Amino acid sequence: MVIADVPTKIVYKRPSVLDPQVTHYCPGCTHGVAHRLVGEVLEEMNEVENTIGVASVGCSVFAYNYFNIDFVEASHGRAPAMATGIKRVLPDCTVFTYQGDGDLASIGMGEIVGAASRGEKITVIFINNANYGMTGGQMAPTTIPGQVTSSSPTGREVSRQGYPIQTAELLATLGGAVYVVRRSMHNAREIRRAKKAIRTAFEVQKHGLGFSLVELLSTCPTNWGMTPVEAREWIEERMMPVFPLGDYKVSSAVADLKF
Amino acid sequence: MTKEMIKGNTAVAEAAVRAGLQAYFGYPITPQTELLEHLSARMPELGRPFVQAESELGAINMVYGAACTGQRVMTSSSSPGVSLMMEGLSYIAGTEVPAVLVDVVRGGPGLGNIAPAQGDYNQIVHGGGHGDYHMIVLAPASVQEAIDMTVLSFDIAEKYRNIVTVLMDGSIGQMMEPAELPPMQPLKTETPDWAVRGTHGGEKRVLTSINLDPPAQELMNLRLLKRWQTVEANEVRYKSYYLDDAEYVVVGFGTAGRIALSAVRAAREKGIKVGLFRPITLAPFPNAILDDLTNEAKAFLVVEMNSGQMLEDVRLVVRGRKPVEFYGRVGGVVPFPDEILAEIENLVKGPLTTEGHPRDRWLSRLAATIG
Repeated sequence: MVIADVPTKIVYKRPSVLDPQVTHYCPGCTHGVAHRLVGEVLEEMNEVENTIGVASVGCSVFAYNYFNIDFVEASHGRAPAMATGIKRVLPDCTVFTYQGDGDLASIGMGEIVGAASRGEKITVIFINNANYGMTGGQMAPTTIPGQVTSSSPTGREVSRQGYPIQTAELLATLGGAVYVVRRSMHNAREIRRAKKAIRTAFEVQKHGLGFSLVELLSTCPTNWGMTPVEAREWIEERMMPVFPLGDYKVSSAVADLKF
Repeated sequence: MTKEMIKGNTAVAEAAVRAGLQAYFGYPITPQTELLEHLSARMPELGRPFVQAESELGAINMVYGAACTGQRVMTSSSSPGVSLMMEGLSYIAGTEVPAVLVDVVRGGPGLGNIAPAQGDYNQIVHGGGHGDYHMIVLAPASVQEAIDMTVLSFDIAEKYRNIVTVLMDGSIGQMMEPAELPPMQPLKTETPDWAVRGTHGGEKRVLTSINLDPPAQELMNLRLLKRWQTVEANEVRYKSYYLDDAEYVVVGFGTAGRIALSAVRAAREKGIKVGLFRPITLAPFPNAILDDLTNEAKAFLVVEMNSGQMLEDVRLVVRGRKPVEFYGRVGGVVPFPDEILAEIENLVKGPLTTEGHPRDRWLSRLAATIG
């Protein structure tokens, strides 16, 4: 059967801000989706050429390989400080950090709290996958009670290893943080909601309103020892009760934003 | 311009402003704090960024970020704070972006005290952060030199895309003396090609210190080393006093060198042919001139406010060809000129030896003095 002259319409394509690289992320990992959402948002806002990204240490250490934008690479946990330095001298640029949970919520807790409390006009994309992915799945500050990791082999025992840090809730208490939300990457509906939140976060920066952060519950099938489908289910069943999705801080100025 | 009475820390801060400092990031620590305080007023007044960071880790990484945009940036701290900055300094070196650090050294190790010391020599001159890198290190001995070297530090940092550290001690930071500040320079307007700023239609720029390919990282290291050889060839600075006919040479930097100069003058009045060699650049170290002096001198006396850190660099040049003695005070104790004069007289009196280690002989002499 030959079909000739069927009108075609492109409904889905790679945003030009993303370089056509072979991914180094594992099958089923949602880093790639998060990259795409950031790329789509920057493109829709026409901010691609005016943006400087700050990559962090962890699986996303090479995030800059995928984005066709100016990038710097921070030391472990210090991305918000580096972003502060850049944004303060180039206030008209869009500056964002892309950090995992070990980077942001453990070694970098001082830097993220400092940046948020000062109301640095930067946007933070925070990937929470409940473990240290890059080094092979060790316990992170976000590892949930009972979760087995390579450094909590019998499951995280809170009496001995403490409790997970709820980053969005914690940072929402700070005056300089004006937009702090948690979203998830485990299904299409939540991914669409995540994109809307990322757009809002960058609009917050564009309008100079203050510090914005989007926490994204993300999969790590390799280190969790699950199939991609199981990993998505695990987010919904196990992570979301500990890390409820929601808007933890939306200042009145942010609520009034029109875009 | 005329001279004014000005405190070292304040002078360095104002000199940086006038040299076109575009952003400052710091954290309070004695005996450096006046530097941060001065800039907390001056920078906002001029519409330039000033951030009191959450920690020295924060401060150096803010400098790292801002340095990646090609602007004139600096931070300042004192010994324990500088220890915290070592990680960031290694990253800045590994990314090859220019930055200026002022270390107002205090007594250590640990929390130590807030008195003047030179115990950071090894940390600053021989690394401190991980990996192979060099910082250019300038050691002023007066408020005026601190001003002049601060201005110079920005130019050299940008010329070589290298960190420049102004290594002074608490006494230079804290004392007031007459000095002349430079005229106000206009801010830089050009952005270097390598600096991030947004692509704006061009190729993307990535500034990073990671390179997972060892042969490529080896080439990067060799490039840094070649650049350092250029620095060694072009940037050696030192001051000489009474060296033309000197039989004995005192070597000291910063405040120790300045105090030694008083002792040298007193010794000259007693007819002793002694001079002072004061390295200004501790890195690159003035090896060649010290080598020349080794041919001329009968013996050396190294004076430091540490337990003989530069001493080892002097010994590497002298290589046992002439006797070297050492005199130091440590832990925040500042030597008096009389102590150094006594050491010069000991040198003249002898016996001189090229055997053993000067540090061992110093310790036994010091024990006799302080128990």
